[in-house]
Amino acid sequence: MNNMKVTVSGESREYENGITLLELVEAENVEMPEYVTASVNDELLGYHDFEKTVLKDGDVIEFLYFMGGGCI
Amino acid sequence: MIRLPKKFYGIISDAALKGRPEEICGLIGGIKEGNVREVKEIYILENIDHSNEHFTMDPKEQLKAVKDMRKKGIVPLGNFHSHPESPSRPSKEDKRLAYDSEASYMIISLMNENEPVLKSFRIIGDVSSEEEIEYI
Repeated sequence: MNNMKVTVSGESREYENGITLLELVEAENVEMPEYVTASVNDELLGYHDFEKTVLKDGDVIEFLYFMGGGCI
Repeated sequence: MIRLPKKFYGIISDAALKGRPEEICGLIGGIKEGNVREVKEIYILENIDHSNEHFTMDPKEQLKAVKDMRKKGIVPLGNFHSHPESPSRPSKEDKRLAYDSEASYMIISLMNENEPVLKSFRIIGDVSSEEEIEYI
Protein backbone atom coordinates (compact mmCIF):
# COMPACT_ATOMS: atom_id res chain seq x y z
CA MET A 1 0.00 0.00 0.00
CA ASN A 2 1.29 3.46 -0.86
CA ASN A 3 2.25 5.90 1.81
CA MET A 4 1.22 9.49 2.12
CA LYS A 5 2.84 12.51 3.70
CA VAL A 6 0.99 14.61 6.24
CA THR A 7 2.07 17.39 8.57
CA VAL A 8 1.34 16.77 12.24
CA SER A 9 1.93 19.62 14.69
CA GLY A 10 4.33 21.21 12.24
CA GLU A 11 6.33 18.01 11.60
CA SER A 12 6.30 16.01 8.37
CA ARG A 13 5.14 12.42 8.83
CA GLU A 14 4.61 9.45 6.57
CA TYR A 15 1.64 7.11 7.05
CA GLU A 16 -0.24 4.50 5.09
CA ASN A 17 -2.89 5.79 2.74
CA GLY A 18 -6.36 5.60 4.17
CA ILE A 19 -5.43 6.10 7.80
CA THR A 20 -8.17 7.70 9.89
CA LEU A 21 -7.72 10.57 12.28
CA LEU A 22 -8.40 8.17 15.15
CA GLU A 23 -5.60 5.87 13.94
CA LEU A 24 -3.29 8.88 13.66
CA VAL A 25 -4.10 9.91 17.22
CA GLU A 26 -3.15 6.43 18.39
CA ALA A 27 0.01 6.33 16.27
CA GLU A 28 1.10 9.74 17.58
CA ASN A 29 0.44 8.67 21.19
CA VAL A 30 -1.82 11.64 21.82
CA GLU A 31 -2.76 11.49 25.48
CA MET A 32 -6.34 11.91 26.66
CA PRO A 33 -7.72 12.10 23.10
CA GLU A 34 -11.25 12.64 24.38
CA TYR A 35 -10.07 16.12 25.46
CA VAL A 36 -8.59 16.88 22.05
CA THR A 37 -9.97 18.87 19.18
CA ALA A 38 -8.12 18.26 15.93
CA SER A 39 -7.80 20.61 13.04
CA VAL A 40 -7.40 19.14 9.58
CA ASN A 41 -6.52 21.85 7.09
CA ASP A 42 -7.97 24.37 9.57
CA GLU A 43 -11.28 22.51 9.94
CA LEU A 44 -11.95 21.77 13.61
CA LEU A 45 -13.10 18.25 14.47
CA GLY A 46 -14.19 16.81 17.79
CA TYR A 47 -13.23 13.38 19.11
CA HIS A 48 -16.44 11.82 17.81
CA ASP A 49 -15.42 12.76 14.25
CA PHE A 50 -11.99 11.14 14.45
CA GLU A 51 -13.02 7.63 13.41
CA LYS A 52 -14.90 8.72 10.30
CA THR A 53 -12.27 11.19 9.12
CA VAL A 54 -9.98 9.63 6.52
CA LEU A 55 -6.78 11.56 5.99
CA LYS A 56 -5.23 12.23 2.63
CA ASP A 57 -1.85 13.14 1.25
CA GLY A 58 -0.80 16.69 2.14
CA ASP A 59 -3.20 17.13 5.07
CA VAL A 60 -2.07 19.47 7.84
CA ILE A 61 -3.14 18.32 11.29
CA GLU A 62 -2.94 20.05 14.65
CA PHE A 63 -4.06 18.70 18.02
CA LEU A 64 -5.57 21.16 20.46
CA TYR A 65 -6.31 20.18 24.03
CA PHE A 66 -9.47 21.39 25.65
CA MET A 67 -8.45 24.25 27.87
CA GLY A 68 -10.86 25.26 30.52
CA GLY A 69 -11.47 25.45 34.21
CA GLY A 70 -13.27 27.44 36.78
CA CYS A 71 -13.06 28.97 40.18
CA ILE A 72 -15.26 26.45 41.99
CA MET B 1 10.62 28.77 37.88
CA ILE B 2 9.18 30.80 35.07
CA ARG B 3 10.43 34.17 33.86
CA LEU B 4 7.75 36.66 32.98
CA PRO B 5 8.36 40.11 31.50
CA LYS B 6 6.61 42.67 33.72
CA LYS B 7 4.72 44.06 30.73
CA PHE B 8 2.84 40.76 30.45
CA TYR B 9 1.70 40.99 34.06
CA GLY B 10 0.30 44.40 33.14
CA ILE B 11 -1.46 43.10 30.04
CA ILE B 12 -2.99 40.12 31.87
CA SER B 13 -4.15 42.18 34.86
CA ASP B 14 -5.62 44.91 32.61
CA ALA B 15 -7.49 42.31 30.56
CA ALA B 16 -8.73 40.57 33.70
CA LEU B 17 -10.03 43.82 35.21
CA LYS B 18 -11.68 44.90 31.96
CA GLY B 19 -13.19 41.45 31.49
CA ARG B 20 -15.00 41.40 34.83
CA PRO B 21 -17.37 39.94 35.83
CA GLU B 22 -16.34 37.17 33.43
CA GLU B 23 -13.19 35.12 33.75
CA ILE B 24 -10.63 35.86 31.07
CA CYS B 25 -8.17 33.33 29.70
CA GLY B 26 -5.24 32.90 27.37
CA LEU B 27 -2.09 31.07 26.39
CA ILE B 28 1.56 31.73 27.12
CA GLY B 29 4.38 30.86 24.74
CA GLY B 30 8.11 31.09 25.12
CA ILE B 31 11.35 29.20 25.28
CA LYS B 32 12.67 26.36 27.42
CA GLU B 33 16.38 26.14 28.11
CA GLY B 34 17.14 23.50 30.71
CA ASN B 35 15.15 24.45 33.77
CA VAL B 36 14.61 28.00 32.57
CA ARG B 37 11.30 28.83 30.99
CA GLU B 38 10.83 32.33 29.71
CA VAL B 39 7.59 33.79 28.45
CA LYS B 40 8.01 35.55 25.13
CA GLU B 41 4.40 36.01 24.08
CA ILE B 42 0.94 35.91 25.55
CA TYR B 43 -2.36 35.45 23.76
CA ILE B 44 -5.64 36.58 25.26
CA LEU B 45 -8.35 34.25 23.96
CA GLU B 46 -12.10 34.45 24.10
CA ASN B 47 -13.73 32.69 27.04
CA ILE B 48 -16.55 31.06 25.13
CA ASP B 49 -18.34 30.24 28.42
CA HIS B 50 -18.70 33.98 29.13
CA SER B 51 -18.98 33.10 32.79
CA ASN B 52 -17.62 34.44 36.07
CA GLU B 53 -17.12 30.86 37.31
CA HIS B 54 -15.84 28.93 34.28
CA PHE B 55 -13.72 29.36 31.23
CA THR B 56 -13.26 27.49 27.97
CA MET B 57 -10.81 28.76 25.43
CA ASP B 58 -12.04 29.21 21.88
CA PRO B 59 -10.37 26.38 19.89
CA LYS B 60 -10.24 28.52 16.73
CA GLU B 61 -8.22 31.14 18.58
CA GLN B 62 -6.13 28.40 20.17
CA LEU B 63 -5.22 27.15 16.70
CA LYS B 64 -4.30 30.67 15.59
CA ALA B 65 -2.09 31.14 18.66
CA VAL B 66 -0.34 27.78 18.17
CA LYS B 67 0.43 28.68 14.56
CA ASP B 68 1.76 32.07 15.60
CA MET B 69 4.02 30.46 18.21
CA ARG B 70 5.42 28.09 15.63
CA LYS B 71 6.05 31.00 13.24
CA LYS B 72 7.92 32.85 15.99
CA GLY B 73 9.97 29.81 17.00
CA ILE B 74 8.48 29.57 20.47
CA VAL B 75 6.61 26.76 22.19
CA PRO B 76 3.46 26.60 24.32
CA LEU B 77 4.37 26.98 27.99
CA GLY B 78 0.92 26.92 29.53
CA ASN B 79 -2.09 29.11 30.06
CA PHE B 80 -3.64 31.69 32.35
CA HIS B 81 -7.09 32.62 33.54
CA SER B 82 -8.62 34.98 36.04
CA HIS B 83 -10.51 34.39 39.26
CA PRO B 84 -12.59 37.57 39.56
CA GLU B 85 -13.79 36.89 43.08
CA SER B 86 -11.61 34.14 44.51
CA PRO B 87 -7.94 33.58 45.38
CA SER B 88 -5.28 32.69 42.82
CA ARG B 89 -5.13 28.98 43.45
CA PRO B 90 -6.32 26.08 41.30
CA SER B 91 -9.91 25.06 41.92
CA LYS B 92 -11.08 21.45 41.80
CA GLU B 93 -12.24 22.06 38.24
CA ASP B 94 -8.90 23.62 37.28
CA LYS B 95 -7.14 20.49 38.53
CA ARG B 96 -9.56 18.10 36.88
CA LEU B 97 -9.03 19.74 33.51
CA ALA B 98 -5.26 20.18 33.76
CA TYR B 99 -3.98 17.48 31.44
CA ASP B 100 -0.36 18.61 31.05
CA SER B 101 2.04 18.17 33.96
CA GLU B 102 4.68 20.15 32.04
CA ALA B 103 2.49 23.23 31.63
CA SER B 104 2.43 26.33 33.78
CA TYR B 105 -1.07 27.18 34.93
CA MET B 106 -1.25 30.85 35.84
CA ILE B 107 -4.14 32.31 37.80
CA ILE B 108 -4.71 35.98 38.49
CA SER B 109 -6.97 36.89 41.38
CA LEU B 110 -8.87 40.17 41.34
CA MET B 111 -9.92 40.03 45.00
CA ASN B 112 -7.71 43.11 45.50
CA GLU B 113 -8.45 45.02 42.33
CA ASN B 114 -5.70 47.54 43.09
CA GLU B 115 -3.10 44.80 43.11
CA PRO B 116 -4.18 41.68 41.23
CA VAL B 117 -2.23 38.65 42.42
CA LEU B 118 -0.75 36.44 39.72
CA LYS B 119 0.52 33.00 40.67
CA SER B 120 1.75 30.08 38.60
CA PHE B 121 1.23 26.38 39.31
CA ARG B 122 2.18 22.97 38.06
CA ILE B 123 -0.61 20.45 38.36
CA ILE B 124 -0.20 16.67 38.47
CA GLY B 125 -3.42 14.79 39.04
CA ASP B 126 -5.20 16.55 41.85
CA VAL B 127 -2.00 17.94 43.36
CA SER B 128 -0.87 21.45 42.54
CA SER B 129 2.39 23.11 43.48
CA GLU B 130 3.18 26.77 43.10
CA GLU B 131 6.09 27.67 40.86
CA GLU B 132 8.12 30.80 41.34
CA ILE B 133 7.58 33.66 38.90
CA GLU B 134 10.69 35.74 38.24
CA TYR B 135 9.70 39.11 36.82
CA ILE B 136 12.09 40.50 34.24
